Amino acid sequence: MADDSRIFQVEIITPDRVFHTGEATMIEFNTAAGELGVYKRHIPLTTVLAPGIVKIHNDGEEDVIAAVHSGFAEILPDKVTLLAEIAEWPDEIDKNRAEAAKARAEERLANKTEAVDVKRAEFALRKALVRIDIAK
Amino acid sequence: MASMRDIKRRKGSIQSTQQITKAMKLVSTVKLQKARNRAEQTNPYFNYMYQTVTSMLAKSGSINHPYLNKGDSTKKAVVVITSNRGLAGGYNSNVVKLVTGSEELAKEDLEIYAIGNKGKEALERKGYAIKEEASGIIESPSYEDAAMLCKKVLDAYVSGEIGEIYLAYTHFKNTVSHEPTLIKLLPVEFDEEEIEKAADSNVLMNYEPNEEEALDMIIPKYVTSLFYGALVEAVASENGARMQAMDSATSNADELISDLTLKYNRARQGSITQELTEIIAGASAIS
Repeated sequence: MADDSRIFQVEIITPDRVFHTGEATMIEFNTAAGELGVYKRHIPLTTVLAPGIVKIHNDGEEDVIAAVHSGFAEILPDKVTLLAEIAEWPDEIDKNRAEAAKARAEERLANKTEAVDVKRAEFALRKALVRIDIAK
Repeated sequence: MASMRDIKRRKGSIQSTQQITKAMKLVSTVKLQKARNRAEQTNPYFNYMYQTVTSMLAKSGSINHPYLNKGDSTKKAVVVITSNRGLAGGYNSNVVKLVTGSEELAKEDLEIYAIGNKGKEALERKGYAIKEEASGIIESPSYEDAAMLCKKVLDAYVSGEIGEIYLAYTHFKNTVSHEPTLIKLLPVEFDEEEIEKAADSNVLMNYEPNEEEALDMIIPKYVTSLFYGALVEAVASENGARMQAMDSATSNADELISDLTLKYNRARQGSITQELTEIIAGASAIS
């Protein structure tokens, strides 16, 4: 059993719904400045999310895994809130679509022209990769 | 007095209209329920966003950021959210009146971003400049659609084309009351009290990468969330307004029908009496 001193609240909120609420002993996610793992009593921090996988660990329970694409996270000593524009459970992801998106983004990056928005293509590629990764 | 046949025909036509209004009421009741659920589900996201942004601003009060200062341009963008269909009582015209009646918004300075056919048509007729139309997204508002339109408006703001951004929509209070609302999206304005309250909560927040970059990224999201919230509420209000309009139309039809029934019965009675007097008069003439 997890002892109380290590448990904190986790909330993932998207514009359409409250995606997930629960308890955790550790949460990992991807930020603009790199991957981040948070335990209880972390210093208060607001950070920008990058496309990536969120892993919520809770002792004695299976890890909760989801894909989160953009937004920001607010970390307080006893609570972590992710405000994500897009969040998906592994079983919600259409792997074929993600593969297609990946191919499309790669192609756009491979033959760069003026018209190609490189940043957007890179972002799309990263999103596709995360989706493929988590859907496995 | 109208003839019996006329009255009967009129009654029939009102009855079939009533059936239509009744059906429309039922349809919008169902749609309202769905739209209301959605509006309620977007609330936590928006509230949290608001809290975060106010507390950020409270801690970085003196920050000089384009999103927080008025642009140089006198042009103002107004995003007007109405519906694509009519028969919703004053729903559309109330929003339009909000724009045309506002003293701050001079006609010449405005650029309209219209969502919803009805509002666009009405404003066009009055001679407003329609910059952009995206009426399709009101049918089933999604966050991506909101983000896309929002980006266009924000780009125009950042590049200095427009100095202020407003949003005109119908706020959904509850099933029976909807309020046409005009809010200023940018530059961001916050309640001083709220900011002070947020400043009082003595959590020392850190920002990564740094405050300015975080603001840069969070404010557009904040605006988008406002925008999306407005869109979802507008859909709920539209259906609520239509439900009410159709409800009163149905009861008006009821009233008309009972009135006509009375008239019809009177006309019938009148014609019977007349026939009788004629027969009697004829009979007494013979004898």
